[in-house]
Amino acid sequence: MTDHALSTPLSVDREAEQILKAQRRRQIISATLRYGVLFSVGLVMLYPLIWLIGASFKPNSEIFAGAGFIPHEGTVAGYVNGWQTSTPYTFGRFFWNTFLIVIPKIIGTAISCTAVAYGFARFDFPGKKILFASLIATLLLPNVVTRIPQYLLFRDLGWLDSFLPLWVPSAFAGDAFFVFMLVQFLRAIPRDMEEAARVDGASTWQVLLFIVVPLLTPALISVCLFQFMWTMNDFLGPLIYISSVDKFPVSLALKLSIDTTEAFEWNRILAMSVLTIMPALIVFFVAQKYFIEGISAGGVKG
Amino acid sequence: MARLQLRNLEKDYGGFKAVHGINLDVNDGEFMVLVGPSGCAKSTTLRMIAGLERVTGGEIRIGDNLVNDKAPGERGIAMVFQNYALYPHMKVRKNLSFGLRLKRRPKDEIEQATRDVSNILEIGDYLERLPKQLSGGQAQRVAVGRALIKKPQVFLFDEPLSNLDAKLRASMRVRITDLHKQLKADGLQSTVVYVTHDQTEAMTMGDRICVMKEGRIMQVADPVTLYNRPANAFVAGFIGSPEMNLLDAELADTTLSIGSQRLLLGSDVMARLSQTAAKRLTLGVRPQHFRVASPEETGTLAGKVSHVEFMGHEVYLYVKVEGCQVIAVVPSAQYDRSKISGDTVYLAPQSENIHLFDRMSGENISLAKLD
Repeated sequence: MTDHALSTPLSVDREAEQILKAQRRRQIISATLRYGVLFSVGLVMLYPLIWLIGASFKPNSEIFAGAGFIPHEGTVAGYVNGWQTSTPYTFGRFFWNTFLIVIPKIIGTAISCTAVAYGFARFDFPGKKILFASLIATLLLPNVVTRIPQYLLFRDLGWLDSFLPLWVPSAFAGDAFFVFMLVQFLRAIPRDMEEAARVDGASTWQVLLFIVVPLLTPALISVCLFQFMWTMNDFLGPLIYISSVDKFPVSLALKLSIDTTEAFEWNRILAMSVLTIMPALIVFFVAQKYFIEGISAGGVKG
Repeated sequence: MARLQLRNLEKDYGGFKAVHGINLDVNDGEFMVLVGPSGCAKSTTLRMIAGLERVTGGEIRIGDNLVNDKAPGERGIAMVFQNYALYPHMKVRKNLSFGLRLKRRPKDEIEQATRDVSNILEIGDYLERLPKQLSGGQAQRVAVGRALIKKPQVFLFDEPLSNLDAKLRASMRVRITDLHKQLKADGLQSTVVYVTHDQTEAMTMGDRICVMKEGRIMQVADPVTLYNRPANAFVAGFIGSPEMNLLDAELADTTLSIGSQRLLLGSDVMARLSQTAAKRLTLGVRPQHFRVASPEETGTLAGKVSHVEFMGHEVYLYVKVEGCQVIAVVPSAQYDRSKISGDTVYLAPQSENIHLFDRMSGENISLAKLD
């Protein structure tokens, strides 16, 4: 009786342990598989970038010798020579030019799009529906369609070969996508807070500044990030409007190094490419949290 | 003096008329409750007073000033919202002082006012917290504090307690009423307009209550009058819990016919009826104004008990009288609990508490002599 009573729980325990072990084994196998697949797919996606960084430290002769990214004879010559460029200016100049376009463009976009979105989201005025519809319509319009009329307009204004055509339209809420995004975000925010502020004596602009803008911060960060990355990467705009080398932004300057040398020094180009993508990468990782919050809140809740 | 006057106030939402020319006077220091079912335009009216809705017609005066076209901040009002509407990115201290900072008041004055208000509302410990770190009750107190700090002429409350649980609601009710009394005792501005759909809040808090229905005022009176002498069938049905029993009746001479049953009206009731007494009436008796009578008595309504709810000191009897559900609330002692559903019960209405309403207009015609 006693033996029986003792042995039964023991066998049950053993069985339970075996089941647990099997479960654990299965978990480990499935986790290994999952992470294995994720890692390999991730590697395939990221490899060009990793190769780019690796190759920028290789001497020219080695770059196309193999697909590996680890340089055999590491060198920073690409960076040193690339920075000097084949023009009278260093690459620093081109970076500076880029920021002269990016900074006013971002500030202008943030201010103008917030004001326009606030108007559309919170006020009723004659023609609101038609105006909003035309705003959305411009979203669907391919950029290329407006290039020529815009070029003619800016030529007549005497703005060619200056940074103005590149940022002024954005400073007047020219980017319908951002306005739309902010409108959607604003629609998801209850009006109570703004009404409370009005009762507290705030004017329309004070409500916008003290209440709406802080609530909009995540969306505004996304807007600024998008604008930053798109402007950094913009090649066509500067190509059309800027002709003097001393005004080239980095996107054009990279092309310049391919144009002017007969035999391309690839490590210089690759090294400068690495430098060019760095600001966007750094900014993205720093603001990643807000960025995701901003686009997901605007998209899902709206 | 912070008297609030509404004169022929109208609100039109592009063809849909929400408020039909209402007139209301709220006296200085008075606690006025606007109450009514949802959609009765009580909140719209409050928002017009606040300046958050444009006035389509009529006048709003605060003190002696016509404020129709003034911005909310210039009207001398403060408002507490249903969802608190605290500024989520500001700490409690900044939330409280936002209005004063906009007015560029001196720093020490703002500091002093914040301290005073947080003492009154016992929110001193939360001044450095963000709204999301507060419980519902604390957030509500901060919202009240934000109104209080401005020392407005008129306080507006838009269903401020509806997001709180029952227990907290009861304690906040007392707190707000006490606060109003305290302000009044201190000789400060204390005119309040308070919107709610909850008649308990209305009855317990208001000096006077304004009952609204579909954009019209049905009656403005103090709670006791509203309960004892409702001006019409709507107010009678809306105020009081359980609500007043309303039965269709015909009047011939002094006899009231309710279906096949006859109820002889006493001379006291007849004396109260106005001259223009209609013949097609609605009889109104509050559940508390029935007495369980013996079968031999006259002046009773007979009905079958369909359901009994024992509440301890009293019993709710659900009785079918001539096909209509009638509720009677009687002391437990009056009802023999051995009797079960399905029995016939005789209910005697107290003659002094019988109300008769004109069935067409809904007007109470049994108040004539009392006026």
